Amino acid sequence: MNLVLMAVLGGLGAVCRFVIDAVVRARRTGDFPSGTLLVNVLGSLLLGALTGLVLREGVDPDVRLVLGAGFCGGFTTFSTASLECVRLVQAGRAGLALGYLLGGAACCLAAAALGFFLLA
Amino acid sequence: MPVLLDPEVDAVTAGGDLRPLHLRPRYLYVVFVGGVLGTLARWCAGELLGGGGSWPWATLLVNLVGAFCLGLLLEALLRRAPDRGWPRLARLHFGTGFLGSFTTMSALATEAVLLADRSQWWAAGGYLAVSLLGGVALAWCGVLLGSRLAEESA
Repeated sequence: MNLVLMAVLGGLGAVCRFVIDAVVRARRTGDFPSGTLLVNVLGSLLLGALTGLVLREGVDPDVRLVLGAGFCGGFTTFSTASLECVRLVQAGRAGLALGYLLGGAACCLAAAALGFFLLA
Repeated sequence: MPVLLDPEVDAVTAGGDLRPLHLRPRYLYVVFVGGVLGTLARWCAGELLGGGGSWPWATLLVNLVGAFCLGLLLEALLRRAPDRGWPRLARLHFGTGFLGSFTTMSALATEAVLLADRSQWWAAGGYLAVSLLGGVALAWCGVLLGSRLAEESA
């Protein structure tokens, strides 16, 4: 049952990512993939907080399976971020690509750490 | 006359539906189903590869494989067909839905934080470096292979 819930929430996460990315894309100009970055940072914050709650506050691990592996996993994406870096390099924006790769990862790490240490 | 599975899109060319993609239920549904399957596939990979001690093998493998496949898929589609009809459905189902959900940034970030929390700094740094550099390198390999396959089959 939890597995079904996890999968459904993963699908909902994907839909949320699709919509948020499209909305951000429609409002912003320029090459920087801010939609994917926003989604990944929000998802990392949520998963960090869930992990902290489960490991330190004794919350049911199934919550992490359903909301973490399900929603956060489906919501955030690694493959798109990697491909966006390649596209930036191909467009001659190697510096921006490096900034997106390292800066994006740093933001996600900071968000996960914030969730893990502060929110939980 | 190509086989068109997506009358909603083709109506656009006839001056029909001009709504953006994320407001059309058909595309939301296709992304949803892809996301459900991608999430299940990621869970299966985690079960098969297990925790594997301190190094998060499952997430690493899933992310690298997914980055390669996304580069391959999107480049091949881009070079083979305009983004409407079935190529668009394939892009949204397999790309945005399946591979987007199969791979995960939140698990990568959280696992790195957990490694750092256990003072396994080298493991945390190595995991991040291998993931990020490997992801870009493999996505690029996928793009190169995708363009080559598209050229050969053209």
